[in-house]
Amino acid sequence: MFDLTGKTALVTGASGGIGAEIARVLHGAGAVVGLSGTRTEPLEALAAELGARAHVLPCNLSVPEEVEGLVKRAAEAMGSVDILVNNAGITRDGLAMRMSDDDWQSVIDVNLTAVFRLCRAAIRGMMKARYGRIVNISSVVGATGNAGQVNYSASKAGMAGLSKSLASEVASRGITVNCVAPGFIETAMTGKLNDAQKEGLLRVVPMGRMGRPEEIASAVLYLASQEAGYVTGATLHVNGGMAML
Amino acid sequence: MSDIAERVKKIVVEHLGVEEDKVTETASFIDDLGADSLDTVELVMAFEEEFGIEIPDDAAETIQTFGDAVSFISKAA
Repeated sequence: MFDLTGKTALVTGASGGIGAEIARVLHGAGAVVGLSGTRTEPLEALAAELGARAHVLPCNLSVPEEVEGLVKRAAEAMGSVDILVNNAGITRDGLAMRMSDDDWQSVIDVNLTAVFRLCRAAIRGMMKARYGRIVNISSVVGATGNAGQVNYSASKAGMAGLSKSLASEVASRGITVNCVAPGFIETAMTGKLNDAQKEGLLRVVPMGRMGRPEEIASAVLYLASQEAGYVTGATLHVNGGMAML
Repeated sequence: MSDIAERVKKIVVEHLGVEEDKVTETASFIDDLGADSLDTVELVMAFEEEFGIEIPDDAAETIQTFGDAVSFISKAA
């Protein structure tokens, strides 16, 4: 089950904890993977770890021209883009009253506008192939909200709406568009929290622990698989029960 | 038939999977050739690619039949 042999997958934010794990899991299922991210070094390291079937595709998602070219470069390197995982995301947290326009806009640009551009570019090839899988990594806060994250939560809620609309547009062509919404996951992003903050967070997680990157990657693998062909416009929440949506 | 018409016909036949003789001057992509709205977008994008032209949305809306496509492209290419 969940064999991706012969399929090609582009993963953005593959230099981060969750993105790298997604790339590992898709690669482990047999896919050719395109590793995208802003920092080249961790991508090179991951490609070396994976060995064959891994391509490094650096891209700064806050630069529109680079975003426009990424899918094309990926298709040239891998032959096609059958699976697109929009995992890259940034945070610029702060209370709304003190949030600058720049902090708002940069998060929307990378987390939402770049996702739209990558989807638009990727569905061209998917339409021709009559097959495609798009998996967008959103967040529990897109559904629940979170103080200090008006920009981030807006971008993630926007991503959910984008995914549903796009899913409707391309469903007849064998293309599915879904979201995976992580809760608290052990990554560099949550590593910055102090013990008291972590304790506070875990109080609202029935599972009583943080999630692991591989638990997000497994959900992505399912939605990227042939077997998930009848699932589209959905959000799979992977959050230890902290929000049962 | 002009070279442009031949190339347009080839795209239409390939994309919509219809018989060549069904693609007549007045054949409507949607009503006669079974295209849906997504097909018409894909056709326009295929024309743009094939002929290296840009077809704006308002012009694309006027391209309803095979004849419309050929005459628009003949003027634009």
